[in-house]
Amino acid sequence: MTDHIETDVVIIGAGPVGLFAVFELGLLDIKCHLIDILPKVGGQCAELYPEKPIYDIPGFPMVTGQGLVDNLMAQVEPFNPTFHLNEMVESLESIGTPEAPLFRVKTSENGTTFVCKSVIIAAGGGSFQPKKPPIDNIEAYEGTSVFYAVRKMEMFRGKKVLIVGGGDSALDWTVNLQPIVKRLTLLHRRDAFRAAPHTVEKMRSLVAAGDMDLHLGQVSALKGDNHVLEGAVVRKDDGSEHLVDCDVMLPFFGLTMKLGPIAEWGLNLHENLIPVDTEKFETNVPGIFAIGDINTYPGKLKLILSGFHEGALAAQKVHRYVYPEKKLLFQYTTSSTSLQKKLGVAA
Amino acid sequence: MGVIHVTDRAGQRHTLEAIEGWRVMEIIRDWGLPIEGLCGGACECATCHVFVAEEWMDKLFPPTEEEEDQLDTVVTKSSSRLSCQILWTPELDGLEVTLAPTGD
Repeated sequence: MTDHIETDVVIIGAGPVGLFAVFELGLLDIKCHLIDILPKVGGQCAELYPEKPIYDIPGFPMVTGQGLVDNLMAQVEPFNPTFHLNEMVESLESIGTPEAPLFRVKTSENGTTFVCKSVIIAAGGGSFQPKKPPIDNIEAYEGTSVFYAVRKMEMFRGKKVLIVGGGDSALDWTVNLQPIVKRLTLLHRRDAFRAAPHTVEKMRSLVAAGDMDLHLGQVSALKGDNHVLEGAVVRKDDGSEHLVDCDVMLPFFGLTMKLGPIAEWGLNLHENLIPVDTEKFETNVPGIFAIGDINTYPGKLKLILSGFHEGALAAQKVHRYVYPEKKLLFQYTTSSTSLQKKLGVAA
Repeated sequence: MGVIHVTDRAGQRHTLEAIEGWRVMEIIRDWGLPIEGLCGGACECATCHVFVAEEWMDKLFPPTEEEEDQLDTVVTKSSSRLSCQILWTPELDGLEVTLAPTGD
């Protein structure tokens, strides 16, 4: 174990609550690394509702999801947190003692390993993953004929490809893959697309020229043996069904949140939530904290503002693990020159 | 006061007391049936997808363009709606819905 990152705290999830925890930890001289499965920070605020107005953030009569994330990023900037995006935490292993916790955290994608004194889980509803359509037996084809993302276009050269969906991913891949595949079929539930207009236009002109097919309906069953897809049964709104000949299916139904590996970390989950105390927001494992939508305790409200509060209190206890010898002095940013120095605003 | 009838994914039918002004998703969630409602009713996730009984389809406000966009992210039938977009009123006493399957 030579190639690992040593830090005070690893925060799992770079949503609003994880970001604000960086601020509270930073005021206490605690360094952190954040890990998020999305390619961007902000969690649900940035992924699900960037444009939606939020009205219950203290001090902001109205702020959009993305606006809040942008402000939080500006707020944590003095503390220089390190972000590891596009990575999912695969394992969390305790290598210390309850009195002096130490953890080894590993991510999946390029296998970064961290060794840290505390872990703060701020994972909201879990990790964002592609939504899988409820089609019988679809798992049998995953990885061989059914893919939820395109990593290498070359994989699909010369294939009969069925793309399902009506958003930007579906339309972009339709237009990009059409020139190299044997035959491309786009399937969508209705004749309206919420993708960039010029991409929709391009798709329509390919259909008009006979260079690809557009079908309206839903996949109701998959045909094929031995994990090799041979066709998809498409059901139209009127109930009629027909077979689309294809050897690859690419469903693009957007993202949803799944708990993922967190379930295996021995945290006594209650209905997919992590129980914590309300003094330190610590889990049953000393040194592992859970804040924001992922935790549960009597009276819990899934509000962003609750997550902010939880992060501030968790930081107090984290300080005792990171600096066991130091007495923690409670200070205000309005009056403490030491805090103001950390924020880079001291006179 | 009134009720809604909800058939869960195991096929069991539940009769739930409804509250005027609540979204159908909220009624189902409050009674503890397995409906995710990930985005909290913002019409941003489609995890509250239900099938509405044929005879009730016409009594609902038609889906907005925003709801249609979200319905694009699930496998729909002609009776598909997002239950967070159905505000319960006494006219919907006896509303019959079925929880749509999820992908895993």
